Order: sequence, then C-alpha cells, then structure tokens
Amino acid sequence: MLSRLKFILPLMAAGALLAAPTASAVPAEPAAATAPQLETIIKPKASTADHSKFKELNRNFQTGPQVTEACLICHTEAAKQVQHTKHWTWESTDPKTGQVRGKKNIINNYCTSPVSNEKDCMACHAGYGWKDDKFDFKVEKNVDCLICHDQTGTYRKLPGDAGHPVYKRVEFPKGSGKFVEPADLKKVAQSIGMPTRSNCGSCHFFGAGGNGAKHGDLDASLQHPGKYLDVHMDEKGLNFTCTTCHATSSHEVSGSRYNVAAAVKGPAHIRGKQDESPAACQSCHSDKPHHEAMLNQHTEKLACQTCHIPEYARNEIGTEASWDWSQATIMGADGKPMVSKDSAGRRKFDSKKGTWVWDSYVIPEYRWYNGVSTYKVIGDKIDPSKTVQINEVGGAPGDADSRIWPTKVHRGKQPYDKVNNYLTVQHTAGEDHTALWHNYDWQKAIGAGMKAAKLPYSGEYGFVDTEMTWPITHMVAPKHDALACEQCHSKSGRLQGIEGVYLPSRDSNKWLDMIGWTLVMLSLIGILIHGGLRIYTGKNKGQHK
Amino acid sequence: MNAVNRRIYLYNRYERFWHWSQALLVILMMITGFEVHGSYKLLGFGNAVNLHTVAAWTLLTLWAFTIFWQFTTDEWKQYIPSLKKVDAMVRYYAYGIFLNAPNPFHKTAAKKHNPLQRLAYLALLSMVSPVIWGSGLFYLFYSSWKSLGIDAWLSLEAVAFVHTAGAFMMLVFFIAHVYLTTTGHTPTAHIKTMVTGWEEVD
Repeated sequence: MLSRLKFILPLMAAGALLAAPTASAVPAEPAAATAPQLETIIKPKASTADHSKFKELNRNFQTGPQVTEACLICHTEAAKQVQHTKHWTWESTDPKTGQVRGKKNIINNYCTSPVSNEKDCMACHAGYGWKDDKFDFKVEKNVDCLICHDQTGTYRKLPGDAGHPVYKRVEFPKGSGKFVEPADLKKVAQSIGMPTRSNCGSCHFFGAGGNGAKHGDLDASLQHPGKYLDVHMDEKGLNFTCTTCHATSSHEVSGSRYNVAAAVKGPAHIRGKQDESPAACQSCHSDKPHHEAMLNQHTEKLACQTCHIPEYARNEIGTEASWDWSQATIMGADGKPMVSKDSAGRRKFDSKKGTWVWDSYVIPEYRWYNGVSTYKVIGDKIDPSKTVQINEVGGAPGDADSRIWPTKVHRGKQPYDKVNNYLTVQHTAGEDHTALWHNYDWQKAIGAGMKAAKLPYSGEYGFVDTEMTWPITHMVAPKHDALACEQCHSKSGRLQGIEGVYLPSRDSNKWLDMIGWTLVMLSLIGILIHGGLRIYTGKNKGQHK
Repeated sequence: MNAVNRRIYLYNRYERFWHWSQALLVILMMITGFEVHGSYKLLGFGNAVNLHTVAAWTLLTLWAFTIFWQFTTDEWKQYIPSLKKVDAMVRYYAYGIFLNAPNPFHKTAAKKHNPLQRLAYLALLSMVSPVIWGSGLFYLFYSSWKSLGIDAWLSLEAVAFVHTAGAFMMLVFFIAHVYLTTTGHTPTAHIKTMVTGWEEVD
C-alpha cells in the first residue's frame, strides 16, 4: 500500500504542478458578439491565407517537429526569429546591467529552477525535446509553432514529455482516471492563427504550477474577463487579446518583467510606429491622460498601475503569497505523503513541495522602481542571515527614472548550501531515485540538481527566507475603481513608508504643527480668560465704545 | 438709557456682501485646508482639495472686485495705519474693558476701524495674505512647476510648510477677530452692524 501510494502521489502532484500548461484545453475564445464598432480595432482581420488549403499541411503529422518543418516551407525565417526570443532561450540579458537572467539562469522562490527538471518544466517551452543540458538550440524544427498559434484548443503539452505534445492517449494526472487525447496535428496545423488569450494563457496563467499561483495579475479568469477584472480585456467591451498591448513583430513579444518600461514619458504613440515599449500604458494613453493637470502631475512619481490596479488577483482564484519548501518531505500521520487544500480548494500542503499561503484581492506592496531588476542567478552568493532578495528592484526615491510601482512580493523559504552560501538547484521532478517528488530525500535531490547545474555542493543544506518582487501590470480596473485620493493621502494610507515624495495629508512638519496648534490653543485660552473676566466683572455691560 | 440713539450707516451693501462672502470662503478654506494638511478626516482628501481650490479662485475673484471697489470709493484709506491712540486701545482691551471704562475710539463713516484694528488688518493684508497667497498659488500650479523650471529650486514640502504657517496665522486672526466682535455695547452689536450696515452711536 505504502509503495503504491508513494508511486501514485508523486505522479499526481507532478501532474498538478504542471497541469497548468495543459489548460490550453480551454477552447479558443469565441468571437465577441457585442461591441462591433470595436471589432475592427481589436480583432485581427481574417487572414489572407486559408491554411487548410495548403497542400503542405494536408498530411497526417506524427510529431510536432514534422509540423514545424511544414510551417518553415513558407515561413522561412520564423524559426530563426523565435530562436532569438526568451520564449525559446529562456534567457535574457539586461540591456543596462549586462546581467544574464531568464528562467534558465535564475533560481526563483516558486519551483526554483528548471535545471535537472527539464522534462517536466519544458511543457511550457516553445520547443520540442529540451530534456537536459544537451538540447541543441539551433535545430529549427524543434521550434514549437503550435503552442502559440493553435486555434483548436486541442493541442496540449504535458509534463514529462520535454515539450512534446500528447501523441498517444494518456491518463493524466496518472491515477486520476482522466485521459488526454492526442490532438489531430493536421487539424491543429490547419487551424493556426494569431495567438489568443488561450494560447498565451496556457502557460502564463499557470506559472508555478497552478492557476494564478505565480503572477497574481494573470490567471485563467482572463480567458473571459468582465469589465471589473480588466477594463481592456473585458469580453463584452474592448476585448483586447494579450498581443493588443504586447505588440509583436518578428516573434519578438514586447513587454517583459525582465526589462520593464517603468517610467515612460511623452505623448501617446501611433500604433505601428517604431515604439520602444508598446506594451506600456503610456504608448496609448500618453503620460498625461487625465483631464485634470493635478492628476497628470502624479505620473511624474507614480506608475499608472499604482492607482489603476488597486488590488490584484481580484477573484476567487487568488495567488500564492508564500511557498515554504522547508515543509516538503514531511509526511502525514501515517508516514505517507499527504496533500491538503485550503477552504477555497487551493493547494495548502503537499509532502512533495511544502506549504503555501494563498490570497485574493491582494493590496500590492509599493516600491520605487526604475524597471531594472537584478536577479540571483545560479551560483550567486547570498547572506543567509537576511531575507534573500531573489531580485533586487532598482530605482531610488525621487529618482527621475523611477516610479512608485505596485508589486507582488512572493515570500519563500527554500534550500541553500550552508557552506558555499548560495541557493541550491534541486532535482524535483522525475521518476528516478534522486527526484525529490519520488524519493523525498532533499540530500539526493540537491546533489543531483547541483550536479546538473555544474555547481559544487558542500553536502550541507539549510532553508533561507527569500523574497521575489513582481511588478503588477495586468488586471487594470475601470476608472471608477481606481484608488481614491485618500487611500494614499492619509496618515495610514497605501504609501506609508514610501520616501522621496511629500504627500499632503500624510506628511507635515511636526514642529510647525506643534507651534501652530500651541498658538491656536493660547489664543483660545486667551479669549476664554478675557471673556471670562468680562463676564465676571460684568462692568462692560451696557457700555459702548 | 432711553436716549434716542443716533444711527450711522457704516457698511454699505457691497461691503457687507464682500465681508460675509469672504468670511464664508475663509472658513471653508480653513476647514478644507486643515483636512488637506492631514489634521482630520471630514470630506475626504479629494473633495477637500477640490473645494479648497474652488474657494481659492472664488476668493481671488471676490478680491478683484473688492480692490476695484476700495479704490473707486476711497475706502482703501481705512487701512492707512495710525499710531495715534494705539496705546489707549491697548490699555482699553487690557483692563479698561473690565472697569467699565469708555471705549477710547468712536466709529465714524470715515474712520470705521479703531487704530488697533487698522494695524491688525494691515498686518493681515501685508504679511499673512502674501504668505498664504504666495505659497497657495505655487501649490495650485504645482503641476506646471516642471515646465516652468520651478521644480529645480522649490520643493512641495517647503511650499506646504509656508502655506500651513500662513494658515495657522489666519486661524489665530480668525479666533481673535470673532472674539473681538463681541466687545461692542452688547456682545452681538458689532455683528448686527456688519449684517445691517447700521451702527448705533451716542
């Protein structure tokens, strides 16, 4: 019994963790029935090509790479373009600091690192076959066109297949009795179109292995959002797709948390014009979007998001506030791995992964931010006596290129090497004897992970508190739901502790207040005495001046 | 006691209108201003700012008319300071008033304000007003500082400091002013005069 559970539960959890990408099972969004006047702006016009008429696509594909080869017959440059993007390399170089980051290089405080776990994690890679460090990034047929362009909603990539889609009917999660059917790759190839919210969301809504878990401002509710949740994506209103803002050319998707346009200045841009940051609010709205000059003036200190995203995770899905890995490998009372959920049905504890705390309708934490974040990359030294910042948010109070931004701060507790003082890479996913989720042995999991990361491991591990800071930018509320003045302009408002601005109502000169009110009190006491004496003497009655 | 009092017409219609609308605006601006300052919560910060701003522009408009009125009617001369009898006034308020001493000043249409009043109003006009309005206008046009290059040498904190200091002076003036209105031959006599325009004199 124990051995059976040991076998099934890890698989279930692994399944749950990476079930996320499979959510592309959500059907492609239906054409909006309302707001026809907006249709022309928002919806890409029908393509000039009907891909179902192409003989190149009129064949029974066996694998993803076969489809890509067919795509590349016409779209000769597409794979090369994709191979320059983060969606392919999982790597990003900061243009200002030169630091090489990206999922491949950093250790975050959610699933930590894909290194040694590629077979599972690469279910969200826009490619086929990245299962270890031998993956060849130059092979064009390994670019996955379909994960972004499929319009059937049947194309699914499951953990364990190193980015390949389901080719054979498979039970998923294992032991669940649910089966995933392989997609008809011919139909998928013939369906292709511009990426919809479902395409992007199949990975980005499910980061960290759960709906809404990672970002907080991105979750599956954005498939069919109402106006309250997102004024731009509102299905019955503007009905934006992700790429309406994240304007893309040559497969280079604009807008990234790795390189945030934190303080865009100047007028709105004409769409289509060369634009450094088309995904920024200002590219459509300008940096002076209000009728009142005093409100516009706020844009010199505040990001638009600060007022216009008053809360993130504005739904029951919620988002993870913290992930404590130190609780992983703790077994249930019966000595067996266990899983539990919170009252909203969200994962709360899992012997494989530790404990989580979830939150909904979250008030952001505010930080000065200039768009540059410096990340802890694999091997970076840490000071375990302090909370480790997974990413140091750049910018300074009052700095001309910084704005006060809303952020999600995700708090973690995760393993580190106690002798070498760096965060560890651990081999979590897999079915081999070193995988944490199979064997519940941190020592072996860290050993295998560090070996794959080519980093010395002292053999001594501990757990350290970490924080990761995410600028919040999605789920923009309708204007009537924006922050009211007094939510910041008050003694105990949202921007308590934010320096570098004089905030009327929050700030005042203590000395002036003391002297001023003392004078007022003295005047009142003075007239009380004077008036009291007048009444007491009673002698001025009937007098006139 | 039963002698028929003489009545003189001291404040004409415009002057009364000006005084009372200014009074209302100043009270409104003190209420909203100290809320903006963070002394209490009443109308909400945004409402307080908006009301304060509207009241400021209204008062400026009122003053534009009033300055015109002062000069076309020569009433501005009421504010020319004089040190004559100031000591007598000080003595009156300090103890004469308690001893049934007669008020050393007698109002006439040409001299409506006692010498102490003249000094107080002149101080208000020449010191408190410039402090409040100077800082207040910078405050109002904060959003234009950048385009005018003002942000290079002036901080909002400094402007708020000066403006608040002016506000405290105004509040102290207001308290004293309201109290002194009760020092007529009856506690409400001065107020009645300011409402009707008519002052009863011997």
